[in-house]
Amino acid sequence: MGDYAYAAPATVDSTVELLSSSANSGTRTQVLAGGTDVLVQMRSTDRGARLIVDIKQLAETNVLSVGEDEIYIGAAIPSAILNENAELKGLLPGLIESADLIGSTQIQGRASIGGNLCNSSPAGDTIPALIANSAVCHIVGADGERDVPVEDFVTGVGTNCMAPHEFLLGLRVPTPKGNTGDAYLRFIPRTEMDIAVAGAGVRLTLDDSGACTAARVGIGAVAPTALVVSEAADALIGTQVDDDALNAAADACSAAASPISDKRGTVEYRIKVVGVLCKRAGAIARDRAKA
Amino acid sequence: MAKVHVSTTVNGQPMDVLVEPNDSLLDTLRDGLGLTGTKEGCATGDCGACSVMLDGRLVCSCLVLGAEAEGKTIDTIEGVADGDGLHVIQQKFLEHAALQCGICTPGFIVAAKALLEKNPNPDETTIRYWLAGNLCRCTGYDKIVRAVQDAADELASPA
Repeated sequence: MGDYAYAAPATVDSTVELLSSSANSGTRTQVLAGGTDVLVQMRSTDRGARLIVDIKQLAETNVLSVGEDEIYIGAAIPSAILNENAELKGLLPGLIESADLIGSTQIQGRASIGGNLCNSSPAGDTIPALIANSAVCHIVGADGERDVPVEDFVTGVGTNCMAPHEFLLGLRVPTPKGNTGDAYLRFIPRTEMDIAVAGAGVRLTLDDSGACTAARVGIGAVAPTALVVSEAADALIGTQVDDDALNAAADACSAAASPISDKRGTVEYRIKVVGVLCKRAGAIARDRAKA
Repeated sequence: MAKVHVSTTVNGQPMDVLVEPNDSLLDTLRDGLGLTGTKEGCATGDCGACSVMLDGRLVCSCLVLGAEAEGKTIDTIEGVADGDGLHVIQQKFLEHAALQCGICTPGFIVAAKALLEKNPNPDETTIRYWLAGNLCRCTGYDKIVRAVQDAADELASPA
């Protein structure tokens, strides 16, 4: 079983070495970013000893850059820092809102988008927004670096595609160009600080006539993983993103949902609400694209 | 378990402490350093009773490992008053009777101080959202919000 241990390597190479040697020797490891999920799990559902590998000391996980083609968000950057960045908030308001929805001021000071993704909860709020924004996961491990589209990253409830010797360095998001807008909405029974019953993220691009030329739709909390819904995007592309188009996209989201019933909502309720959220988020994204 | 040696700065004082790798910063403050002003409520980041400042940012110390405090600057409730002189926010909590049992109070005061340093003139909605991660089961929050508003007014134009 072994004991708990803690390490905060100074370089990416030494982090990968540590993760690899631990994997080879059968030592359980867990990568730590903001810790707002990890520490809760350590105290409740999963008390088993492990080596905690803190990646917050790495320069690479703290990169936040806005380039002409790519926005890079390091895996360890807390939501509060994203929210204080006016340029980023202007470019990706939906993604930043999806992070800002999670937890209290105190949680915002620690919790990262990278951690939300790696926790791989079906209800992780940033994941549908990342999907809508065509984010790509920048992963490093013993075999070098690789990029994985975010919709392929989460493989099940609490599981993802990374091997034990790998960790997430950051997220690449295509920089919005032209008339592009994004939005994320979730439903919770209270005004804040709760787990999504359903969520929907939309990013779309309009031409000068207001016709939609590109769209991506992601939905969350209505399946074992967040989903990309290409049928919903197809329902928007080529339209003026009017009510008819939004209703068709909503229907596509409801059709793609395969939720469970639990204390937060029933199957029927979640199927209905995820469509409504897609419709409303689509209207917000459209208005932001026009602004 | 191999203990981790941590050098950190708490309320302006350099401190060295040995921590278990899975100790929270809250454990380290209370049990390692004897600073028991910071309270444990839920230990899962929901209640805010353990709020401290970590490198100038408001966090739940129950969701930070003690080992993560290496090289960091931590400010706790013990550093809020100036000797025997209460901070304006502490004084206003007394005047408005913004506490009953008191377990949540250190967290509220640390969080309110962080708010007023970031935004000296918050409206009521801003105060309520900022403090939404601090739970109080006694007061019903109204007196706390009034105390913070009054503290903001006093800090803006000292009597």
